[in-house]
Amino acid sequence: MADSFRIICPTGHLGFTPLEKASFLAGCAEKPDAVIADSGSCDIGPYPLGADGQASPPAWQYHDVEIMLLEARRLGVPMIIGSASDTGTDRGVNQFVEIVREVAKKHKLAPFKLAALYSEQSIDSLRAYLAKGGRIEGLDGRPDATLATLDATSRAVAVMDAEPIRKALLAGAEVVIVGRCSDCAIFAAPLLNRGFGPAISYYAGKLMECASFCCEPYMGKESIMGSITADAVEVTAMHPGQRCTPASLASHAMYERRNPFHEHVASGLVDMTNCRYEQVGPKTTRATGPAFVPAGKTKVKLEGAGKVGERRLAIVGVRDPETIGRIDRAIAWAKDRLNERFGPIGGEYQVYYHLYGRDGVMGPLEPTPPAQPHELGIVVETVCKDGKRAEEICALAARNLFYARLPDVKGTAGAAALMGDEILVGKAGYEWTLNHVMAVDDPESLVRTRFETIDGTN
Amino acid sequence: MPTLRELASTIRSKNAGVDHITFDIIFRERANFERVRNAKVLTRESVAALYRMDPERITDFVVFEPANAIKFTIRRDRPSGGPGEHDVFGSQQYAPLMGIEIP
Repeated sequence: MADSFRIICPTGHLGFTPLEKASFLAGCAEKPDAVIADSGSCDIGPYPLGADGQASPPAWQYHDVEIMLLEARRLGVPMIIGSASDTGTDRGVNQFVEIVREVAKKHKLAPFKLAALYSEQSIDSLRAYLAKGGRIEGLDGRPDATLATLDATSRAVAVMDAEPIRKALLAGAEVVIVGRCSDCAIFAAPLLNRGFGPAISYYAGKLMECASFCCEPYMGKESIMGSITADAVEVTAMHPGQRCTPASLASHAMYERRNPFHEHVASGLVDMTNCRYEQVGPKTTRATGPAFVPAGKTKVKLEGAGKVGERRLAIVGVRDPETIGRIDRAIAWAKDRLNERFGPIGGEYQVYYHLYGRDGVMGPLEPTPPAQPHELGIVVETVCKDGKRAEEICALAARNLFYARLPDVKGTAGAAALMGDEILVGKAGYEWTLNHVMAVDDPESLVRTRFETIDGTN
Repeated sequence: MPTLRELASTIRSKNAGVDHITFDIIFRERANFERVRNAKVLTRESVAALYRMDPERITDFVVFEPANAIKFTIRRDRPSGGPGEHDVFGSQQYAPLMGIEIP
């Protein structure tokens, strides 16, 4: 039998909703060699990174870490969690380390060695890198970052590949809490240490990172088992009602990515062009054929988010068909009033009218906006550095739909329905400022590793 | 003529990073996949016309044989989740594809 390494993955985004315990315990009964899950995502928008907050409730993060840690320690195998607390900032790593300490104490776990890997980058360190002539190269058509880009950035993280995680494991860490990293890196690290090549190691991570999303029928938060050999990844669904099929696994390989053939990491890219998928058991599919193309120069990805301003929201409805038919005109009138009173829109403040019932979901991409919807739900959104001013602008932007001056209007007691005369306080507005890479000679210069022995019996 | 909605088992859209939205059309039956692939009504040009956007915004357009899938990716007009956002996950942008008629 070929040398194999087995990994159980219970969730594709630890803490976002609670993992399902039964399929995880069923998988752990088969004695996997590692327990691994990612906890991060950019899908939640720039707010959590920029504000250094989190998208997942702490209680659910604790729930998931507790279940995973207890099984990993019972089995005596490594537990690796990536992109701690949604964003992988230093705060997120520290928060998850504290959860591990609490769980260890609660269950009186015997001593084990933990590694905490930090990859948050201070904005000053990035400024210094630019000042030394370094290039922060834009991805996806973005221009290169300048000092102005960094000035607009509140917080930034570097995306690690497997190397620092490998080193932590080699140094004896049994629990590794990782800051921002590629989803596939946390899976690749123990596989690389076992002697597997980078192609199969990163590919295994790519296939497994979202847990049961790569199986059918559609279920989230159920466990999957990956059995990795030198040239194949076999993925098995652990939930009794799910199967991993060639179609489900191949379609996951293209999920959330620009193209299905390439997965980029700092040290190179996994080429999946020639991958093959075959059913090898009722619940198991084998994947083979990835190649690894090393990067000429290691380029580490940077993610950054910056605050735009305070945000306020108001909800307005329109039912009068004459107003609905001329809603763009009503909004133009309301915007003119804002321009007069607060200066040009887009200068010190921003205002958006989201027209649910017409094109609120798709905006300019909507191919068939109805000219005459039955009713319109309008969310008015304003953003301004000063919260009080954002509120004042939002109130006027909404109420001016109520007072909109349209010729021959019949409803002269109000051209819109206000759900309530209140202005809702939104989370602050942030934007993604960095989606860039920086070339570095030593990518690990961007990572700080700290070891700690955790003794729950103490 | 049947529509894409009748022939495909999955039609979805989702963020691919913070600057792109990717669309996946996946077929359970190989015959349906081949029919759509061969019909050439789902192309870079037809998608750009449907969404009324510059074809240059479509950064990738691939037929992915192992998954019986056709996949394309568009550049967002601004990064996900900033002020004015209306679909932070990019998860509801596929709807207009459902009505495409397949000869």
